[in-house]
Amino acid sequence: MFASFLVNTWIVATIVAATAGVVGFFVVLRGNSFAAHALPLGTFPGAAAASLLGVNPLFGLLTFSGLGVIGISQLGKAGRPEIATALSLVMLLGLGALFLSMSNEYSQATYALLFGEVLGVSSLDIVPVAVVSVVSLALTTLLFRPLLLNAVSPELAEARSVPAGRTDILFLGILALTTSAAVPVVGVLLVFSLTIGPPSAARALTNRPVGAMLLSAGLSLLTVWASIALALLLGWPVGFFVGGLGALAYGLGRVWMEWVRSRRCRALSG
Amino acid sequence: MREESGVLAVQRVSVSLSGRRILDEVDFALHGGAFCGLIGANGSGKTTLLRTILGFVTPTSGRVVIDGGRRLAQIGYVPQKIVLDPAIPMRTRDLVGLGLDGHRLGLPLAARARRRLVDAMLEAVGATSFAEQRVGELSGGEQQRALIAHALIRRPRLLLLDEPLANLDIRSIAATVSLLRRLALEYRMTVLLSTHDMNPLLPAMDCIVYLANGRAATGRTEDVVRGEVLSRLFGEHVDVIRVHGRILVIAAGAGNGASTDIERNPEHVVQVP
Repeated sequence: MFASFLVNTWIVATIVAATAGVVGFFVVLRGNSFAAHALPLGTFPGAAAASLLGVNPLFGLLTFSGLGVIGISQLGKAGRPEIATALSLVMLLGLGALFLSMSNEYSQATYALLFGEVLGVSSLDIVPVAVVSVVSLALTTLLFRPLLLNAVSPELAEARSVPAGRTDILFLGILALTTSAAVPVVGVLLVFSLTIGPPSAARALTNRPVGAMLLSAGLSLLTVWASIALALLLGWPVGFFVGGLGALAYGLGRVWMEWVRSRRCRALSG
Repeated sequence: MREESGVLAVQRVSVSLSGRRILDEVDFALHGGAFCGLIGANGSGKTTLLRTILGFVTPTSGRVVIDGGRRLAQIGYVPQKIVLDPAIPMRTRDLVGLGLDGHRLGLPLAARARRRLVDAMLEAVGATSFAEQRVGELSGGEQQRALIAHALIRRPRLLLLDEPLANLDIRSIAATVSLLRRLALEYRMTVLLSTHDMNPLLPAMDCIVYLANGRAATGRTEDVVRGEVLSRLFGEHVDVIRVHGRILVIAAGAGNGASTDIERNPEHVVQVP
């Protein structure tokens, strides 16, 4: 489990999990879950395009997640954000179908991008993923208060000179960076699980904003570490455990919240 | 030159939104310490006027002058009908703290000075008992107190509130009005509060901005709420009736022109308990 060829796996998984937990805290608070689903899925044609052109997949992923952000924010100006998100996703997936049909090695690559290849990370992969993750982690921490106030109410934030439109685009940008860094390592579906499961559990477990964000990162780390350990022990895919443990964390968080609430009701009535 | 001694001067402000004229040469000034009601039926432009004062809406003509410039630093704002999500992990004290430094970068640090300010503000609005509770799980009246504390913690010179009395029960309405009156005196602050029903404000307010047809009649309450003044504003005959310390504004020609504005909002016209 701690063999030398797995050191990179543990390092990269740790970086990606911590970032997804922190960024995911605001995804859940702001109700951006659909964008958090669409952006990773929409970026994976970028990796296909990059392999077609023979360049680093990270460039393709960054380009396509950038296109996704522009699509979601520009189309969203006129109408409802979920329609803009869906349209952007559909357009990007269409391009993905085209690129995959042009490439002849697609089945293996597609599987890796969807479900990740966290057990086969090379040392070359670490640096760009780490840099991009640290940037999005730093941006989220730096913008913590404006993002939080905007999540409570965009109008309250405007009154404290935090512009709503720019905040939306900035956060989508952070999400796109996180996604691009994480997709080659843990795959599209796992990025999504990590940005939704642990934060949803964390916000139910504590009333404190900073505490909830840190708890979200902690739960995300636990999920990923446990998933890799279980995958190595049982030989099942990492993705199964990340998705399952993420949902389990959320379920336990909900049960805890209901329990606290019913106890408070009893205390009030008794 | 116009005298600009007031905290807020709205100078012949007109606003059109998507081709429709919402405000038509609205002109008034508030002196320091005024407690002023912004009265008008739903759709009369109250929210647009408040948003114009905040600088969220640019007037098509005219201007808003805030004494000392730097608009948002001097104004506290309580928006209309905010729905606070019960799932957001945030206590009342966190929301009040964000009023102090929500626009700053970085994580909110647990500085002792900040905590003292937040505690004092919670105390001032009577929110100490629910300071540690989630804001989304508070009652309407408690949320209103939390939002007022959020708006006041930077000690603005001007406080704008958009329909803060809507959706509150009668006891919370009276409590909110007396709380605001007390805070306005304590902080020597000017208050402009919008409402479609002026009656709960009668004991507290010392001036009125009455909006109808995009135009405004302003001045001391007893000077504005008079038949001939409001008739001129509404463009038709209006009766002002005082019963049991309450004021009823009744338009004569029901169902045509401007009077439909009142007719559609009967709570504005008749409020007999």
